[in-house]
Amino acid sequence: MTVIKGKKMNHISKKTIVGLIVFGLSAGISSIASASPESDAKAFQKYFTDRFPQVPYDDFMNGAYTVDKAGRENWEAIEEFPPYEPFIDDGQAMWEKPFKNGKTYASCFPDGPAMAHKFPHWDKEKKMVMTLPLALNNCLEANGEKPMKYKKGDINKILSYITYQSRGNKTNVVVPNDPDAIAAYEDGKKFYFQRRGQLNFSCASCHMQNAGMKLRSEILSPAFGHTTGFPVYRSKWGTVGTLHRRFTGCNKQVRAKPFKAQGPEYRNLEYFLTAMSNGLELNGPSARK
Amino acid sequence: MIHKAKSLAKSVVGKKSTVLLAASLGLGSLFFSSTASSAGLGVQQTSAERGQEIAFTRKLGNCLACHQIQGGVSGGNIAPPLVAMKMRFPDRSQLRAQIYDPRVKNPDTSMLPFGAHGILTPAQLEDLVEFLYTL
Repeated sequence: MTVIKGKKMNHISKKTIVGLIVFGLSAGISSIASASPESDAKAFQKYFTDRFPQVPYDDFMNGAYTVDKAGRENWEAIEEFPPYEPFIDDGQAMWEKPFKNGKTYASCFPDGPAMAHKFPHWDKEKKMVMTLPLALNNCLEANGEKPMKYKKGDINKILSYITYQSRGNKTNVVVPNDPDAIAAYEDGKKFYFQRRGQLNFSCASCHMQNAGMKLRSEILSPAFGHTTGFPVYRSKWGTVGTLHRRFTGCNKQVRAKPFKAQGPEYRNLEYFLTAMSNGLELNGPSARK
Repeated sequence: MIHKAKSLAKSVVGKKSTVLLAASLGLGSLFFSSTASSAGLGVQQTSAERGQEIAFTRKLGNCLACHQIQGGVSGGNIAPPLVAMKMRFPDRSQLRAQIYDPRVKNPDTSMLPFGAHGILTPAQLEDLVEFLYTL
């Protein structure tokens, strides 16, 4: 097991930030402020390709199944009759059904539905990270329709359809040279490495530091590739759910107060996390335990 | 029936073996050997028995999440197996301190600050140490 011993960062005191140590080893602590999203992604991905040299680069989109052999066999069997299939069909119906005013989603998204790979992106006008679910609801509200809930329910159907149509496109989050965009990215990065909750874990504690290790009998999935497969049919949920739903669950699991789905914290986190998987194909919707 | 066997065994065999016997009779008995059932039989759990319950209960110590422990099922491999504890921690206060706040020895630890964050009470920490010393 790789043990990452870091330099003590007294001014950060109790908030041990594993990631700074990881990036620090490769880039030098003093250069963190000038580290770019590109160099971050490179260091991030190298950490995982070094840790799991037997896993082909492209396979990281398959989450824990890159390293969980038994789990992979079960998963491949499940993929014969994917549990997310009905959601794709329902989602297609949603995409095609006209709003009360006669328009459809296509009027907001002429390039759609194969557009999941264009999100999240920096919205220069609104000065915020724009995610696909948020963009869909913006379209609904602009057309006098009721917005969807962000964790459970119908949004998962239309997201399943859109991501299915988008399969094969590569993750390519480009953080523009805009101080607000960079701030949002850095905010997401900080969130990722920040310990939180009574149980005092950061996302990195499990998905970087202990990726591939067993928590009871569950193998912790590597963070590299985490975003490619959403929305996900999670056996535990018995349904398809969103990335922000999973963020909520993870925060609750470490007894931290979760943040609002599609609020700034989770959107910025999504921005950082997706950028770290740049280069990997989108393969949603996916099935996971 | 399992609890009756336990109390009988305790009177005959002694504390340590009772813990092993209880473990071999199945983990289920430990989860349900709450104070309610023990009190009903007028049998008090020993400190080590309470400690084992704490170690194996997900909402308390949940030690099996990361450690393999004798008598526990499907322990994780994130951390060292808990064996030879007396040899490894001859000083009881060191073991207690490590559980209380493992960040002192390792700021990048994956272990919870069980005492410092109030995950376990001081009494629970004592029971847990008692149990760990049986390993």
